[in-house]
Amino acid sequence: MDRGRLEESLFDLIRRASTSLPPDVVAAMRRGIAAEGEGASAGTSLELMLENAKQAREGTTPICQDTGALLFFVEYGPDFRQKEIEEAARAATVRATEEYILRPNAVDPVTGANSGNNLGPGSPDFHFNQRDEEGLRVRLLLKGGGSENVGAQYKLPDGRLKAGRDLEGVRKCIIDTVYNAQGKGCAPGVVGVCAGGNRGSSFGWSKEQLLRDLGDTNPDPVLAELENTLMEELNGLGIGPSGFGGKTTVLGVKIGKQHRLPACFFVSVSYTCWAYRKAFMSVQGGEVTYDWD
Amino acid sequence: MIGIKLPVSEEEIRKLKAGDEISITGVMITARDAAHKYLVETGGEDVKDLLRDSMIYHCGPVVKKEGDKYSFVAAGPTTSIREEPYEGPVIAKYGVRGVIGKGGMGPDTLKACAEHGCVYLSAVGGLATTLARSVVEVLDVHKLEEFGVPEAMWVIRVENFPAVVTMDSHGRSVHDEIEKLSRKKYEELLEK
Ligand code: SF4
Repeated sequence: MDRGRLEESLFDLIRRASTSLPPDVVAAMRRGIAAEGEGASAGTSLELMLENAKQAREGTTPICQDTGALLFFVEYGPDFRQKEIEEAARAATVRATEEYILRPNAVDPVTGANSGNNLGPGSPDFHFNQRDEEGLRVRLLLKGGGSENVGAQYKLPDGRLKAGRDLEGVRKCIIDTVYNAQGKGCAPGVVGVCAGGNRGSSFGWSKEQLLRDLGDTNPDPVLAELENTLMEELNGLGIGPSGFGGKTTVLGVKIGKQHRLPACFFVSVSYTCWAYRKAFMSVQGGEVTYDWD
Repeated sequence: MIGIKLPVSEEEIRKLKAGDEISITGVMITARDAAHKYLVETGGEDVKDLLRDSMIYHCGPVVKKEGDKYSFVAAGPTTSIREEPYEGPVIAKYGVRGVIGKGGMGPDTLKACAEHGCVYLSAVGGLATTLARSVVEVLDVHKLEEFGVPEAMWVIRVENFPAVVTMDSHGRSVHDEIEKLSRKKYEELLEK
């Protein structure tokens, strides 16, 4: 695939992510509206969110003005080169910023200067994996700042939570993050969790959980059960959409694991707001497909 | 849904209760960090008449300029708590009847709302497109050069702007209530 077409396809991927809410998220919000029941103000908030998403899609404008950080998860076969993909993705990012699809969101922490085009050290954030089969798979997450701020990392045991070094301890950490977030991360949110790993890999893997479909089932039956229990427990907190109260506090709980050092037990919780922006694409034999419209 | 037309009287604002869903029509003004500091510490003469019996919107919009006409492209609420040190004095000094933002505010603002007849309203976070559409006209802008686009004070005319009263003029705050309520559940879940 030539460089021009690759860049064009990646631009389209960014446009889709920023301006259209994925079908699994829409479906989860509809379930929320049904759960809140007729006439509930929490239901009205969810309906406003869906209406906003619809208008954004029709007008090709960002769902939220904070278009977030760009996280690219890439798998590429022998017919692609990492450097080329990265260059094309950077060029696509600059163009998306120029066309108001993305807000300039990359700020130098020392000088305070905004790069103006979303490029800078660590921005976009790339995760590359090589594979044997030909072709390319790119999954993009746009992660907003307000919800990124409410994420947290724990080190078990945790005395404050009376959380031990076991699955029960992991459960308590997740409850703590969602309680502390209240409405500040623009609830209802989705939590991606990693139990184990080192401090860096753990947060990375918690973000990768956010690439899962909201309707899927965790292949690990123990984690699958914990996810179900937590869905119920977290929605019972009563925080609700925007934190105004209600039965819909989270739209999904996705938990992964990584082996840990005997001395370390980290739990990393990444939170994304309802403006859960993701888009996936595949390239096979020169043909580009997106997972949804 | 209760309709509120700006400018609004103290009497009408005092009728509103925490939890009320309202729809606002009229002229209001955006203000973030730089504007709040300015309103309290220095001038404010230029916007004094506009603020009386009107509302402040915590918002850093994306603004499009065509010719010499401005319009809002994306205009969701920003986090309000940053203005907590300033909001009480702003309400007292200018006779503001409503403050719109997200996430709620603290005890000083709640007290000022009770003393001067004002409410805090939450707009739904992330409603960038919908809320930008309810801004039907940008009438004027103050301090654009000095503060930049997101921080400038934009004088806007809104139609049917949706918001929920989450802090009323009778000392009630939905934010405090939800936090307390969820705290109880949270403690139960941790004990389990
Ligand atoms: S948390 Fe999400 S919805 Fe809320 S302002 Fe940030 S990006 Fe937008």
